[in-house]
Amino acid sequence: MTSQSSATSRSSAAARRQLANMALFMGPATVLLFMFFIAPVVVDVFVAFTDMGRSLRVTEFTTANFERLLTNDSRIGPTMAVTFTYVLLTLGIFNVTFGLLLALTTTALPERSGAFFRAIWLLPRMSPSVVYALLWAWVIGPTDRGLINQVAVGWLGLEPVDLLSNQPMLLIVLANGFIGASMGMIIFTSAIRAIPEHLFHAARVDGAGPLAVIWHITLPALRWPLSFITVYQTLSLLVSFEYIWLITNGGPFYDTMVFALYVYKRAFENGQYAYGAALSLILVAIGIAASLLMWRLLDMKRLLQTPKIEVQ
Amino acid sequence: MARIELEQVAKSWGDVVAVEPTDLVIEDGEFVAILGPSGCGKSTTLFMLAGIYAPTGGEIRFDGHLVNRVEARDRNVGIVFQSYALYPHMTVAKNIRFPLKFKGVPADEAARRVSEAARLVHVEELLDRLPAEMSGGQQQRVALARALVKEPQLLLLDEPLSNLDATLRLTMRAEIRRLQRRLGVTTILVTHDQIEATTMADRVVCMSKGRIEQIGTADDLYQRPNKLFVASFIGAPPINLLDGRAERGTVRVGELTLPASGIEGAVVLGIRPEHLGLSAPGHGLAGRILTVEPLGRETLYEVATPLGSLRVLEAGSERRWREGDASGVTVPDEALLIFDKASERRLETASLALAEAA
Ligand SMILES: Nc1ncnc2c1ncn2[C@@H]1O[C@H](COP(=O)(O)OP(=O)(O)O)[C@@H](O)[C@H]1O
Ligand SMILES: [Mg+2]
Repeated sequence: MTSQSSATSRSSAAARRQLANMALFMGPATVLLFMFFIAPVVVDVFVAFTDMGRSLRVTEFTTANFERLLTNDSRIGPTMAVTFTYVLLTLGIFNVTFGLLLALTTTALPERSGAFFRAIWLLPRMSPSVVYALLWAWVIGPTDRGLINQVAVGWLGLEPVDLLSNQPMLLIVLANGFIGASMGMIIFTSAIRAIPEHLFHAARVDGAGPLAVIWHITLPALRWPLSFITVYQTLSLLVSFEYIWLITNGGPFYDTMVFALYVYKRAFENGQYAYGAALSLILVAIGIAASLLMWRLLDMKRLLQTPKIEVQ
Repeated sequence: MARIELEQVAKSWGDVVAVEPTDLVIEDGEFVAILGPSGCGKSTTLFMLAGIYAPTGGEIRFDGHLVNRVEARDRNVGIVFQSYALYPHMTVAKNIRFPLKFKGVPADEAARRVSEAARLVHVEELLDRLPAEMSGGQQQRVALARALVKEPQLLLLDEPLSNLDATLRLTMRAEIRRLQRRLGVTTILVTHDQIEATTMADRVVCMSKGRIEQIGTADDLYQRPNKLFVASFIGAPPINLLDGRAERGTVRVGELTLPASGIEGAVVLGIRPEHLGLSAPGHGLAGRILTVEPLGRETLYEVATPLGSLRVLEAGSERRWREGDASGVTVPDEALLIFDKASERRLETASLALAEAA
């Protein structure tokens, strides 16, 4: 009798401890997920079904925003195309490829000069967005004050270059890429550092040249960091627009109007909050679809590890 | 196969001297062990031979050709690292095949050589496994196969057995030795384990603090160590070392006086534990047993004597003495090694036995 009751009390204590552990370990992540993802999406969906405008008053619930979005907004297609080009180019040229190149070259340098060059590439990330954008405005200035034109016209005797008018896409890819590359650089650098030194030695003794060493030893070890950076940067490029807003403001005309910037302008500059909310749901849907797709393609599931500590 | 020569070869990193200028010749087909404590520059020496590290001085020659400036990949050297360094994302077959990729070996010949190398080290069954799916012993065999598949002119082994358990170490020791004999490849084994060095190699190079202290057979190092370091490093349980003074044809260590002609000054006496004996109190030095360690076929005693505590190794496992017992410690004259205290070199003396015979 007593032993039975003590057994039940022990098992209920274990159950309580299990519950407490769950709250302790899962709690913070759950709260953050709710506050910064689920709650905003719920609010967004709610607003999308209203007629909220600049006055922030809701007078009726309606599906008008979605009708407009599906049938009556000729900007969605072109801005999507711009977004696609922008994300693909920035990701492909800078965030992954150039980040990888920086990591490979700076880890091949002696420790101190390697760290020096990495620090240089981190600088743009550390400077305030507005300062960084102003810097670009000076670099690309179409008159002979602009840095590029000082070189092109002053030294090389070429025609003045006006990137902002003629190559706006190149401009936003460069401006974002110079910042974006440093994240990949850091992640790849630490992954390269984690490769046991003897693997490089073994490969060299086995006959591999420098490129073969990168191909057969370094890159296979970077498989997961590469997947991670690709997914993470795709998502962050999809929704971020601050540098584009500051440097080209989507122009000239709609040439650099990425979808996120378009949503922002509709909602905040035109005061169409409800329509903006409906538009941004597209972005949420694309983000989730892109994550799931890449999760499959890059076999990200294998990134998940069994816990190092077992918690009951 | 190659004859390897090192002439004044040295390596340092900034102020850290890993290898002092070193001379060493290894004959074609010879099996040499480099033996020394951890951090004495063994791996550095090996890596300079492999072309992984560039020497900061001296010349390395393979069959008379200077190779200082020859890249690792052009030296045709096989190496087994202490950590095995198998490529983690490649299967065993791909690991073994890797060196052939860069030699332009035709596919069918490569396949044949991979299976041959795998058979040589008994890993035919494991060809589809990844390194992480194998035990240490299996990984070690695969690493050996990868080093041998390219038919190297020099095989380098960096503490290849140190991560294996005792029984496996015993089998691998014999197996590597047999393989080396069969293939006739010039081989250098780096180890801190004297048994490994003396059982596997034709010659042992004993290193300490970046310097070669002595080169010789196992017997040479044990019976006739040139330096105090070699005497104290080789032999288990370790040799007893006693400070003494040599003057007028004798060496005095405390109450002990032994004949030793032709030397003067401060010396260190070395006596192997098996050369000391225990006897009834009153014979030899007065002793008291401190500890008794049965080792199976032998028993090791630590005995307090007026000269300090001495290790005595007695044959047999029966414990004739217990802790706290009083005993005598007998010292034979002829087994003594005498070293100059300042230079740590061994001094040649006419021992008592020889003196009596004369
Ligand atoms: N890459 C390196 N940079 C600086 N010092 C090193 C390096 N490799 C080895 N050393 C130093 O050189 C000495 C010899 O090292 P090593 O050859 O690895 O010793 P062993 O293999 O005999 O244990 C040690 O003092 C070690 O700290
Ligand atoms: Mg070592």
